[in-house]
Amino acid sequence: MIKIENLHKSYKMGSNSLHVLKGINFSVEEGELVAIMGSSGSGKSTLLNILGMLDNLDEGSYTLDGVPIKDLNETKAANYRNKFLGFVFQSFNLINYKSAMENVALPLYYQKVGRKERQEKALKYLDQVGLKEWATHLPSELSGGQKQRVAIARAMAAEPKVLLADEPTGALDSKTSYEVMDLIQKINDQGNTILVVTHEPDIADMCKRIVHLKDGVIVEDKKIKQVRAAEHV
Amino acid sequence: MWLFDKDLWIEVFNTLGKNMFRTFLTMLGVIFAMIILMLLLGSANGMSNGFDRLFAGTASNSLFVWSQSTSEPYKGFERGRRINFRIEDASILKEQIPEIEVLAPRIELGSHRDVVTVYRKGRTSGSTVYGDYPEIDNITKKKLVEGRFLNKTDIEDSKKVCVIGEETYKLLFDKGEEAIGEDIRINGVFFRIVGIYKPNDNINIDGENAVFIPFSTFQKAFSSGDRMGWMAIAVEGGTTVPIVEQEIKKILKAKYDISPTDERAIGSFDMSEIFNNISAFTTVLKGFSFFVGIFTLLAGVIAISNILLITVKERTKEIGVRRALGATPRIVKRQIVLEAIVLTAFAGLIGFAISVGILSGLDALFGQGDDFPFKNPMVSIPQFGTSFLLMVSLSVLIGLIPANRAVKIRPIEALREE
Ligand SMILES: Nc1ncnc2c1ncn2[C@@H]1O[C@H](COP(=O)(O)OP(=O)(O)O)[C@@H](O)[C@H]1O
Ligand SMILES: [Mg+2]
Repeated sequence: MIKIENLHKSYKMGSNSLHVLKGINFSVEEGELVAIMGSSGSGKSTLLNILGMLDNLDEGSYTLDGVPIKDLNETKAANYRNKFLGFVFQSFNLINYKSAMENVALPLYYQKVGRKERQEKALKYLDQVGLKEWATHLPSELSGGQKQRVAIARAMAAEPKVLLADEPTGALDSKTSYEVMDLIQKINDQGNTILVVTHEPDIADMCKRIVHLKDGVIVEDKKIKQVRAAEHV
Repeated sequence: MWLFDKDLWIEVFNTLGKNMFRTFLTMLGVIFAMIILMLLLGSANGMSNGFDRLFAGTASNSLFVWSQSTSEPYKGFERGRRINFRIEDASILKEQIPEIEVLAPRIELGSHRDVVTVYRKGRTSGSTVYGDYPEIDNITKKKLVEGRFLNKTDIEDSKKVCVIGEETYKLLFDKGEEAIGEDIRINGVFFRIVGIYKPNDNINIDGENAVFIPFSTFQKAFSSGDRMGWMAIAVEGGTTVPIVEQEIKKILKAKYDISPTDERAIGSFDMSEIFNNISAFTTVLKGFSFFVGIFTLLAGVIAISNILLITVKERTKEIGVRRALGATPRIVKRQIVLEAIVLTAFAGLIGFAISVGILSGLDALFGQGDDFPFKNPMVSIPQFGTSFLLMVSLSVLIGLIPANRAVKIRPIEALREE
């Protein structure tokens, strides 16, 4: 599903250059649930942003579902993101003046799905995250965990090939974190490919594979036995 | 065509509608600009209408010609000779100058320093008395309060009838007293009142205290023979009054042995000049209002653009999210341009509605009085249409500024966690 080879990325800051990713080789198969771990500043978000086509790579190659991702302009990147990828952010990033349902329907709008179908699908995905009753509520009326579930519904509504989650539980208490991880596991159970960036070991343990980043390289990449979040809820 | 994309419109209306306060603030500039433009235009129109009303009933293509005394010796005559027009001059002029449409001769009683007494039941009014033809009504229309004006039969039968001014009525009658059918005495001759007129509030050629009697009756009653005091003349539309004026003077000067260079012997007054001056004034006023107003509008639209620019910054995160979810730069751009258009159009309509209200108020306050040249201060549909279209086109251009700013924000920067 995902294949990257010899990925390099540095940030230029004035005359200095910060080499963040120093040759990453890594691939993900369909249906995997991968945790990307590492200490703060180790380049986890940078890697995820490049995978999400929100940022460009300096060197190396990236193939997504057999499609080589290169020579991206903004329009092409937007279309790929819309078609291939779903995003979940630490701070939810819901649009504050749109209801839960409108938020979930937004990526479908950009997919040019008709209005009626958008609403039906949005409701369906809200139902899957257990928030159907909250469809007409604004984000400000939802708890943190609910917001993140809406964000997950939004990411899934576009039926992406890969779900990218950057610290999805970073702003949540541990009980709510497990609920969110339970949801992510269930989505993964349905065969969806998911990458979760986290620096919390207990969250990483709920994935099926842990990739450890340090100083811009992968220092460890191992399959683990998944801890089911449901057992902790 | 993306302008017909219903979803885009819904998205724009949602965004604006759910941010009412911001939307309202953004629109304020254009609302005010539109009000200023419409008030300026409406007032200019109101003035133009007001002048029209002021001169309603006075033919704009008209002139008045009267006789005076010569100021130059000519053909053996000394200067200072008094010229007297004859009634036949009327037909001569009409025959020789086809552009003359109406020519109403007039004679005034007492123009030879005789005493004029208009008398009724012990009261006198000191009115001016005119011998007139009914045609005069086509040049300076009388507003009749009661009864009728002189007519053809009055002339043909030399009827002893008269039309008096309201002022004259007040001097000769008690308040509320019936005047039609009553008699008054003019220099000893009885005349029956058939009409009362209200003084025109325009240029007062006749004076307010005046009595009109048929020309033919005048001739008989006061033995004026074939004398004629002056002529009110209306010329065909499209004809320039000064040219006809020169033509008339040329003929009359030749007839009465007046030096061609004598400017004083024949007096004249060109009504069209006043009308031209006023219409030039109101045209300039309208043009100026439009000019000032358009710049105000431009400022208003720039204000919208400015606030959109600020909100784009404020909405960085939202735009970043939209981009991450698959909005292409073009879609983002469209949405912001459309927001600018919708904001401007709505603000324009609101401003228009408010100004229509204010203008109606102004009309109620000032538009009813007779003495102030202000009536029906409204903007015409083409004026509003032009301003509106211009404003909306401007908003497209100016909306592109915040739109381009919005697409320059890279999603990665917009979404960075603090
Ligand atoms: N746009 C940027 N410009 C400059 N430096 C950046 C930028 N984005 C990230 N960095 C730096 O790159 C390093 C890796 O950042 P990041 O990928 O966000 O780490 P993590 O998500 O693992 O905490 C950090 O030192 C960070 O300061
Ligand atoms: Mg990070």
